[in-house]
Amino acid sequence: MIRKGTLLIFTVGTCLIFIFQLISLQLFNSDYSELSENNAIEKRPVYPNRGLIYDRNGVLLVANQPVYDLMVVPENIEAFDTLELINGLAISKDELLTQLKKAKQFSYKLPSVIIRQVSKENRAMFQEKMWKYPGFYFQKKLVRDYVVPIASNLLGYTSEVNPSEVSAKNNYALGEMIGRQGIEKSYENSLRGTKGATFYQKDRFNRIIGPYQDGVYDTEPESSEDITLTIDALLQQYGEALLQNKRGGIVAIEPSTGEVLALVTAPSYNPNVLVGRQRSENFSHLVNDTVAKPLFDRALQAEYSPGSPFKTLNALIGLQENIITSNTRFQCNQGHYYAKNAFMKCHCAMGSSNDLIKGIYNSCNTYFAKTYLGLIQKAPTPGEGLDRWRVHLEKFGLGNYLGYDLPIGKKGFIPNSSYYDRWYPKGRWGGTTIISNAIGQGEILTTPIQMANFTATIANRGYFIKPHFKKSFSQKEKDSLFSKNYTLVEPRHFETVIEGMHQVVEKGTARIARIKDIEVCGKTGTVENFIRLNNKKTQLTDHSIFVAFAPKDNPKIAITVFIENGYWGGRWAAPIASLMIEQYLTKTVKRKWLENKMLEGSLMDEYAKPLSGKPFVINE
Amino acid sequence: MLYIILVVFGMINIYSTRFSDSTLAFWDLGSPVGKQFWIFVLCLSSLPIVLFIKSNFFEHLSYFFYGLSIVSLIGLFVFGQTISGATSWYLIGGFSLQPSEFAKITTTMVIASNLSSIQTDIKKKNHLFRILFLIALPMLLIILQPDAGSAIVFMGIFFVLIREGLDLRVLYLFIALMVIFTLTLLFGPIFISAGGLLVLFFIYLLIKRAAPKTKKLPFLISFGICVLFSYSVNFIFNSVFEQRHRDRFNVILGLETDTRGIGYNINQSKIAIGSGGFLGKGFLNGTQTKGDFVPEQDTDYIFSTIGEEWGFIGSSLLVILFTILISRIIYRAEKHTSTYSRVFSHGFASILFIHFFVNIGMTLGLVPTVGIPLPFISNGGSSLLAFSFMLFIYLNFDANRLNE
Repeated sequence: MIRKGTLLIFTVGTCLIFIFQLISLQLFNSDYSELSENNAIEKRPVYPNRGLIYDRNGVLLVANQPVYDLMVVPENIEAFDTLELINGLAISKDELLTQLKKAKQFSYKLPSVIIRQVSKENRAMFQEKMWKYPGFYFQKKLVRDYVVPIASNLLGYTSEVNPSEVSAKNNYALGEMIGRQGIEKSYENSLRGTKGATFYQKDRFNRIIGPYQDGVYDTEPESSEDITLTIDALLQQYGEALLQNKRGGIVAIEPSTGEVLALVTAPSYNPNVLVGRQRSENFSHLVNDTVAKPLFDRALQAEYSPGSPFKTLNALIGLQENIITSNTRFQCNQGHYYAKNAFMKCHCAMGSSNDLIKGIYNSCNTYFAKTYLGLIQKAPTPGEGLDRWRVHLEKFGLGNYLGYDLPIGKKGFIPNSSYYDRWYPKGRWGGTTIISNAIGQGEILTTPIQMANFTATIANRGYFIKPHFKKSFSQKEKDSLFSKNYTLVEPRHFETVIEGMHQVVEKGTARIARIKDIEVCGKTGTVENFIRLNNKKTQLTDHSIFVAFAPKDNPKIAITVFIENGYWGGRWAAPIASLMIEQYLTKTVKRKWLENKMLEGSLMDEYAKPLSGKPFVINE
Repeated sequence: MLYIILVVFGMINIYSTRFSDSTLAFWDLGSPVGKQFWIFVLCLSSLPIVLFIKSNFFEHLSYFFYGLSIVSLIGLFVFGQTISGATSWYLIGGFSLQPSEFAKITTTMVIASNLSSIQTDIKKKNHLFRILFLIALPMLLIILQPDAGSAIVFMGIFFVLIREGLDLRVLYLFIALMVIFTLTLLFGPIFISAGGLLVLFFIYLLIKRAAPKTKKLPFLISFGICVLFSYSVNFIFNSVFEQRHRDRFNVILGLETDTRGIGYNINQSKIAIGSGGFLGKGFLNGTQTKGDFVPEQDTDYIFSTIGEEWGFIGSSLLVILFTILISRIIYRAEKHTSTYSRVFSHGFASILFIHFFVNIGMTLGLVPTVGIPLPFISNGGSSLLAFSFMLFIYLNFDANRLNE
């Protein structure tokens, strides 16, 4: 029996063992399915082209351009003319050899990048010789093309994602582009679109042998969204030209909508330098320029004392809080003693008697010092008065982020009572201690965009709409995002202040800003400023500031111009603001002499002074 | 009939493994599937001829066929074609012929003929040695090709010898030695010696209790054999085997895991089968198969394709089909009155079993890699032809059983 059954027992036993093994492999072990998928199927993303960026008038600002990476599959290389390759593509022999070695170490059968982003010209020249170089080929890739090379800080830039971002946000793959600053970063998701995927069947050498399942699992990329900016390319370009050889910023806003028409910072850079093979080299140049700081957006990030334009706000608060009326007059004798032995200078003539309008257009320090003192002293305690004042200013968008759609910004600073309590404990401070706030000096800090925003608020007679840079919102989004932010000042008080600002241009400190047939309202500022030089507080030439809006009725543009160390407001800032307004409202500039003076004017000597190491004179 | 199901299923899978190459036509002689198809046609058309030949024709010509295949095996060393290291093929026209496949039939025939002659008594030593020589001769010639895998198949004939009266102790000894061999590789000879001593000592004690007069000597001798064998295994494994053979054993026993190098085949094969799941990925949809991950997937590793594309259902069905086929052959064999027919049928079943066990065991990662095809399924003309003829001869005997 054993003899007859041996083979049968073996056969049936084997059968059972096999089925048992099949059960364990196929039914209870899911590892193998995953292994198989990793093994044999490759998912390759399909990228939509990055969204284009247009200005408010439909001018194409940012497009995409193809660049070509030179790739190699080491297995396919045959002997080639190294010298021709080196010369043709402008690389060094060492670089070529190290890259080739790296490629071989990586894989003989898979492609590696030999040279990133070969220039269009080199590629065009080399393309026809490619037949001599088996194993090498060009792979197309899209990078940004800044058609109109303006607004670099506003637009931001793109670069390849770094490894930490790949792990943090799962949907990025190495080599993919990501927006790094500005609009590119804010609207990354829209500009990027949603990538699709193509599945490929691989063979045992990891080579692609065809589509997987004829592409039934493939997904199409969802096209990216093009973005229309609120920026007016012509105005932006003009502003950048006016700021050449100067440092500072320009912010222009359409008051009725909160749309930013121009956002200029100087010095800046050509956005195209951050594209292509020289990108990293150029980028480190920009980062390492700690003097001019081209990557620092002065319009959004620079916190300055606002200076005299701030007087308009104090006037409005004074009117609302019944400290002054439009007819209130204060005496000024080239200044006044605001306390015993404490004199605040003013450039009014001896024995001037100023009402509010004249106080504004003559920028009378005395007038606003007394108003501010009244604000602080009328309250039961100085602290309460100060905090009441601060609430008003917050409603003008000061002392906090404005919430615009760019990734960078500063809060600025509006002091409150606890701030002074820390410096002067036990109530040892009062209105006179903080009198500098009256004229926009002291502890107050604002960014140019905040100043442009409060100018727009005045132009709107009491409200602002959050400044923003993207125009192409749906009506629904607009309604929810951009409601009117009202101040606590009643609209009727604005007319007096606006009339004062109009007189600034008509017969006050900024007569140079007058434009024929356009009623411009503005306010100059001349801001004292200090730096630490060799550990000593050193005063530099005053900043030149001008805020303005025009026309007086139904304003179309509100603008702030800030020129570092430009001396007084009427010297640089007011003319530049005036030219910007003229350009925007009439599309031409008739005052060529003023335009040329501003375009050609340079403050580089001024900026060099503190760096020269020698003693220097300011405000000359 | 099982045969046709198996062959057609085999062709479908070969088609799948080669699908990516180009669009293939069944009748295209240039393609592997086409060849397989035409050989199948050839086999089927020869079926009536083989069936109507008188059974004793084979019996009388056994030695002639045996001699023919020995000559053809020797001839290989002169005229043979070397493919992947082994000189196992004759190249005739577009076809390559592998004589070792046919040697399986003729050896079985000659053993059957030998055992059926009245004088032969397997219990006599010189008779046994004659039979062993008849088996060893083609084995040796095939090992010299070198194609150790095909040679192993001849071991299957031992099942026949056991059926026909070989001392059962040979079977037990063989099983014991296999166990010691495996354990030695796993744990080393010292442990095995100690373990063997313990096991034998306990058996001795048990038997002694039952029958107090049991001698100690046989136990001491078996212990000596055990130790000697264990050490010789160690020696042979390390000194006589080539590295690739060592690797194959080490991979199966889990002593080495190198999924990229020596364990690559088995790992990829297991991945392919494992990823098939219950229902499989469907015909032509095996990703592993398309990617050519498993080497030799149309021949030796064809079961991995089946496992991947047809899943548990398909592959277990195939295993069961083979089991039924072999069992049925054994069952029918026992009904033969003629010794020749019985031995031949048994030999056929044994050879089928060895192929089935080694090939599927290898793809499932249970048996060390040995390059032999899966009968009727794998791509390969000689194999299909030889197994078909063997089956037809068996059918002939089966059909003519009552005529004898």
